[in-house]
Amino acid sequence: MNDRLDETLETERAPARRVLAVAGWVLARSIAIIGLLVAWEWLARSGTVTPFVLPKFTAVIERIWNDALAGDLLINTGATLFRAIVGFVIAAIGGVVLAMAMSRVAAVNWLFDPIISVGFPMPKVAFLPVVILWLGLYDVSKISMVVLDAIFPVVTATLVGIKGVEREVIWSARNMGAKDHELMWQIVLPAALPQIMTGLQVALPIALIVAIVTEMMMGGYGLGGGMMTASRFADSRGVFAGIVEIAVVGFCLVKGMAILRRRLLLWHQEAMEPSTV
Amino acid sequence: MTRALLRYLPLVLIALLWEAASRLGLVSSLALPPLSNVIEAWIDLIRSGELFTNGLSSIYRGAAGLLLAIVIGAALGIFMAWWRPLNVVLSPLVELFYPMPKSALIPVTVSWLGFGDGSKILLIFLGCMLPVTVGAFNGARSSEQVLVWSARSMGASRMRMLWDVVVPSAMPELLNGIRTALALSFILLVSSELIVARQGFGYLIGSLGANGSYEAMFAVVLTVAFLGFAADRAYQLVMQRLLRWRQ
Repeated sequence: MNDRLDETLETERAPARRVLAVAGWVLARSIAIIGLLVAWEWLARSGTVTPFVLPKFTAVIERIWNDALAGDLLINTGATLFRAIVGFVIAAIGGVVLAMAMSRVAAVNWLFDPIISVGFPMPKVAFLPVVILWLGLYDVSKISMVVLDAIFPVVTATLVGIKGVEREVIWSARNMGAKDHELMWQIVLPAALPQIMTGLQVALPIALIVAIVTEMMMGGYGLGGGMMTASRFADSRGVFAGIVEIAVVGFCLVKGMAILRRRLLLWHQEAMEPSTV
Repeated sequence: MTRALLRYLPLVLIALLWEAASRLGLVSSLALPPLSNVIEAWIDLIRSGELFTNGLSSIYRGAAGLLLAIVIGAALGIFMAWWRPLNVVLSPLVELFYPMPKSALIPVTVSWLGFGDGSKILLIFLGCMLPVTVGAFNGARSSEQVLVWSARSMGASRMRMLWDVVVPSAMPELLNGIRTALALSFILLVSSELIVARQGFGYLIGSLGANGSYEAMFAVVLTVAFLGFAADRAYQLVMQRLLRWRQ
């Protein structure tokens, strides 16, 4: 609310003052992050902790830069993103289709409802050794783990969304002669889109977490694998470089998803409301 | 009773299918040991006390980390909603670290605190704190202005208002945040123990798998999965009780 008000006020102010106001806002927002980085650098330089426990921030950045020049950064980030996003897309499509089938066909619902409600709260990472046993150490088993973990929030959110579609909307579509599949694609799915997007927004960070955990356990290329290798060689800079890289990738993915949501739901009233994330 | 049975029949069917598939040799019994053998191995693990000692240390780590996360995370979230400057300074940090996969911190917590309990508790605390903070913040921020005003006009002090108005209205979202944290704590616990530990469920799964005793490994995996499910169901019951005042 306040932001919107500020914006309208902003446009009426003189340009110079507007620039000042924006600069002040950016400074206030970034002061904590800058403070954290300065504190990190200062603590590492002060000598109270060994470089193994906490390497200098500048050294970590230098390491990331070198990795980027050598091409390792691109390979590792690419491998992790590939697994996380392929798994996420499979989970997203599979989850929405499964939820559609569950809401239409009673038998499918009967079969999957207990599996979903029991499987959702389970820590699926525990099944990792079993999946390794079945599918080996490479991409297939990593992506399967991502799908296994990310599909549950999509299915439950889609089910909630489909159930919440107003009956009046469905009735009037029927009245105007919509066929079953038209009803599903043109009425029910768009109306359930806010909830589906929420489910996807939950599933995406999960996909990234699982991709990184599986890489940590199985090794090989990828941000998680690279970190574990660095950790085995007591290469502290490499470990912290991995953390920074993973934090940046996670931040970009989540922000991108939030932007996608705003674009897809421009027609929805929620686009008018202020958003937190 | 019969309705519950009918509802959970698919799970029974899966169990029967599992048993049949490995008994009839449709899949190698190495890849999928028969369920009855898994149950036997489970009873052996209980008899030898291995499941119990490892489980106890896992539960201790999870509970300690989660408790710390709930107390500190909830206090932080409520104060961020209560005092604007704190929000302006801290919310960029929360936004930056919230989407970060906390499992990336496993190697660091180990190099800081070693292979024992400390590193797992720190990891679970760090991983579970932000969902609680965000829940508490969103809940406290949405406390109705009318309630705050009427409390103030009736002469409530700032502390009293915080305790009697803001905290209760933050409750529903806070409790939801804790539910997310509960699920995360299991994930972080098991994955950190699978990667580096000398005790705990994850360690037991890893070492049994490495020894090739897959029946016992399946038994521990199913135990952990069941505990995660049971913890969530138990928490939902607690949540319903705590929120009864909301109709």
